[in-house]
Amino acid sequence: MDFLFYLFATLTVGSALFLVLSRNTVNSAMFLILSFIGTAGLFVLLSAFLLAVLQVLVYAGAVVVLFLFIIMLLDVEANKQRRFNPYILAASLVAFGLLTTAALQLFVFNNGLAIQEAPEITQLPPPETPLAYSTAPKSFGYSLFTKYMLPFQLTGLLLLVAMIGVILISKKYNPETPRHADTLETNN
Amino acid sequence: MTVGLHSYLIIAGLLFATGFFGILLRRNTLILYMSLELMLNATNIALVAFSRYNGTMDGNIFVFFTITVAAAEVAVGLAIIVALYRRRQSILIQKMTTLQG
Repeated sequence: MDFLFYLFATLTVGSALFLVLSRNTVNSAMFLILSFIGTAGLFVLLSAFLLAVLQVLVYAGAVVVLFLFIIMLLDVEANKQRRFNPYILAASLVAFGLLTTAALQLFVFNNGLAIQEAPEITQLPPPETPLAYSTAPKSFGYSLFTKYMLPFQLTGLLLLVAMIGVILISKKYNPETPRHADTLETNN
Repeated sequence: MTVGLHSYLIIAGLLFATGFFGILLRRNTLILYMSLELMLNATNIALVAFSRYNGTMDGNIFVFFTITVAAAEVAVGLAIIVALYRRRQSILIQKMTTLQG
């Protein structure tokens, strides 16, 4: 199990680094897929099987395909700047180093941190504690339709709002039509 | 070394730092957006790890909602990028200075 953890952790963080440093946008999208697959592997190790499947379906499937579609649509010019601006590079490296130190501080510098054992889990939630951690999708359904009913409905509304917003934003842009700001100016 | 809650938190922290690095370093809007997804993913890992080690389902449900919201957000954000590209013929962040940011 430990070996798998290190494998997926390296895959996740390593391909994230390659994503950031890659010059080609399509390569970045491919590294994004790899990073998402590594994350799905970590979810499997944490016994969140449904989330692992959702991660691959929604992120590695839908989201990255959308990214690739937009890259193809815009026909992004190749990065003409050969190297990064040194000031920006230095500033980002400092920020990256600080955040990394903060993350490693949990482990390296904090000797008093007790290593917690993961509690035993079952496949189906026990009847007396239906909201306890379990691996079957049934526990998701139970939580969504009891404790998290309102957020569940609101998420549906959010998806509708996002859909309408996307349709409005991506309507054909016509420079001839007077824009709202212009009409205001002519009225004054 | 034993793999425990802290290992997952470190990975989440490193992934978040990498995403932040990308946000600061890159000027291509699409790559900025991918880095944003990485940061969202990092929080997802942390939430699932906490959920697993506390034995409750709440963190998992939260990640479920995060994935939904992220999917909606990607759709809206990419539509905005396409609209910007139509007006300016570029997706480089230094060309978008209308708001004098």
